[in-house]
Amino acid sequence: MSDNTALYAAREPVFPRRVKGNFRTLKWWLMGVTLAIYYVTPWLRWDRGANLPDQAVLVDLTTRRFFFFMIEIWPHEFYFVAGLLIMAGLGLFLFTSALGRVWCGYACPQTVWTDLFILVERWIEGDRNARVRLHRQAWNGEKIAKRAVKWSVWLLIGLFTGGAWVFYFADAPTLAASLVQGTAPAVAYATIGVLTATTFLFGGFFREQICIYACPWPRIQAAMMDEDTITIGYRDWRGEPRGKVHDAGAGDCIDCMACVNVCPMGIDIRDGQQMACITCGLCIDACNDVMAKIDRPLNLIGYLALTDETEERAARPPKPLVRHILRPRTLLYSTLWAGIGAALIVAIFLRSDLEVDVSPVRNPTFVTLSDGTVRNAYDLRLRNKTGEDRAFQITARTDHPLRATIEGNDGFFVMVPADATLTQRVYVEAPPGSPAALAAQSELRLWIEDPQGRDRVAKDTLFNGRGIE
Amino acid sequence: MKKPQKPREVETTGHEWDGIEELNNPLPRWWLWTFYATIVWGIGYSIAYPAWPMLTGATQGLTGWTARSEVARDIASFDAANAEIKTRLIDADLTQVAQQPDLMAFAENAGAAVFRTNCATCHGAGAAGVVDKGYPNLLDDDWLWGGDIETIAATVRHGIRNNDDPDARYSEMPRFGVDELLDQTQIDAVVEHVLAISGQDHDAALAATGATVFVENCVACHGQNAEGNRDLGAPRLSDAIWLYGGSREAIAHSVTYARFGVMPPWSKRLGEEEIRAVALYVHSRGGGE
Repeated sequence: MSDNTALYAAREPVFPRRVKGNFRTLKWWLMGVTLAIYYVTPWLRWDRGANLPDQAVLVDLTTRRFFFFMIEIWPHEFYFVAGLLIMAGLGLFLFTSALGRVWCGYACPQTVWTDLFILVERWIEGDRNARVRLHRQAWNGEKIAKRAVKWSVWLLIGLFTGGAWVFYFADAPTLAASLVQGTAPAVAYATIGVLTATTFLFGGFFREQICIYACPWPRIQAAMMDEDTITIGYRDWRGEPRGKVHDAGAGDCIDCMACVNVCPMGIDIRDGQQMACITCGLCIDACNDVMAKIDRPLNLIGYLALTDETEERAARPPKPLVRHILRPRTLLYSTLWAGIGAALIVAIFLRSDLEVDVSPVRNPTFVTLSDGTVRNAYDLRLRNKTGEDRAFQITARTDHPLRATIEGNDGFFVMVPADATLTQRVYVEAPPGSPAALAAQSELRLWIEDPQGRDRVAKDTLFNGRGIE
Repeated sequence: MKKPQKPREVETTGHEWDGIEELNNPLPRWWLWTFYATIVWGIGYSIAYPAWPMLTGATQGLTGWTARSEVARDIASFDAANAEIKTRLIDADLTQVAQQPDLMAFAENAGAAVFRTNCATCHGAGAAGVVDKGYPNLLDDDWLWGGDIETIAATVRHGIRNNDDPDARYSEMPRFGVDELLDQTQIDAVVEHVLAISGQDHDAALAATGATVFVENCVACHGQNAEGNRDLGAPRLSDAIWLYGGSREAIAHSVTYARFGVMPPWSKRLGEEEIRAVALYVHSRGGGE
């Protein structure tokens, strides 16, 4: 190693220039939509009746419920969430194999918030050149004022970002009021504090460093991409050799550095597809702007796949877009994605408002009473997923004469409160000398019925007898 | 006109093996500082908290934190939180506790814990006793000394046939065989009689003889119709439940050697609220009267 080779280097600041174009417009729209979803969602209301929260999307950690509009997920139904996470993963695979790092470039929170922070930066400090100047100049009143305003706005955005996050975990209007009054739980303030700090640091200072050094996803993405994946490339067979507009024999690239100056990652796309490129498309806008001005064909930089490059170099027409996207790989991802989605939708509709688990008490397996009656105990776990208190009738049906009784209740009715789980011990008795009392085991079906006939659940279990022939 | 550009050269570390060079893509410096910060944090942490093993024990840490004191603090906070409901339980009329769902829930949960810690050794984790070994099943409807809630609490409080508590329930069955109160033919006969009244296979002729023996020797405690006597803890002999087994051999053994089941007085080890909780727990297991 030579003496002047450093293994660590300071971050080179990036000052992306403002750009206009199709991709920039698309990104503005996506930023608006994604931020709106994030900030507005907790404030949407959804009427679920008197006993349940009326927040459309709510992760209620205290009662362990997840509310999503008309869907309510209980802890034992977490497979829905797991299924959605798998779908999200497969969706990323699909988009990455078809369109490269499209998630990174357009929808990733790190990209969206950084974009927002750069927008603020540009409003306060001006465009690229002004910002470079400000960066280089010594600290004076102007620099302090601009930095103070910029950081304050960033902090405010960070505060609202963290602030919006906690609203997903509690009733938003109530929590907002208590946050302002200073009476909210400490964990809410701590969460807001941490997210304010991370938003401020990640969006304001770390920016592309997060993508390059902290995020594992770009490293995994390499495994999803192949020669048909649409990604951003520089048509060097058209652009090189670089020269002035009127140079004879020069390529289309006039080395104006527009693509470099607009890049939020601070790279030169003309070096080829590289690790740091998040495929945000801004260099395409910048280059097309220039190409239009110098009256050259557009898309010197553009979305293209590796196979397109081979074809174009050989002056053959590239594959149509649809053939890039429809490949065994993307079709497989789509099928898996849709299959899991369909399964989840079916599962949602097959869910019952009443769920019952029966666990026979096995210690002891049965109790003999004075008159020879054999009694078994069963712990029924009844989950009433509706927003109202409901009564259920419990009966035991078998080939043998058996009698079910409910501990603590006269008759066979049990009340399950709204949106709650009730554990109820049920005793089933076989008369002295009856077949069920004498047999080692007999089959038993417990019926749990809503008297109004809305729900009816049967649970098969076993009745343990004395096991003497 | 410029020459075609080559991609930006990446610096090498100067290391080369068989033409393979090691590139140097420097890490950002903040990354290095983050690493140093974790080291500093680690040093501070190991000073603040117990960390370094010494010849005896370990460094205590400046904050004085220990897992033990944290548990003690948790226990104290739970005790403080439960203080009020414990007082309510001590003051409550045991027969009325079931009408107060919160108090009943507390008692059943606390009682379950007390039961598993103290009672399960003999009565089993499921409270089913040990069949035929003299540890009563607490789930059935047969009670030696009474199955209402107050009686169960009194039994737990004072115990059975012990010398530690003057209020312990006490009774003793004579050893009819060992002490030669009955001869072997009488014992065989009374055993047949007991088999007969409990509805089991028996020798009718012997049982008829045994009935006389039973009247002369057993009814004083076990009752005219062998219905038992809860004042004396004398079990009912005419039902399907046997404390020491209902076979011919087991009954003969009981008559010959007698039985003497003992239970300690739990008031010496448990608080009043624990006794009440465990009594309510046992009472609610299906056999309570």
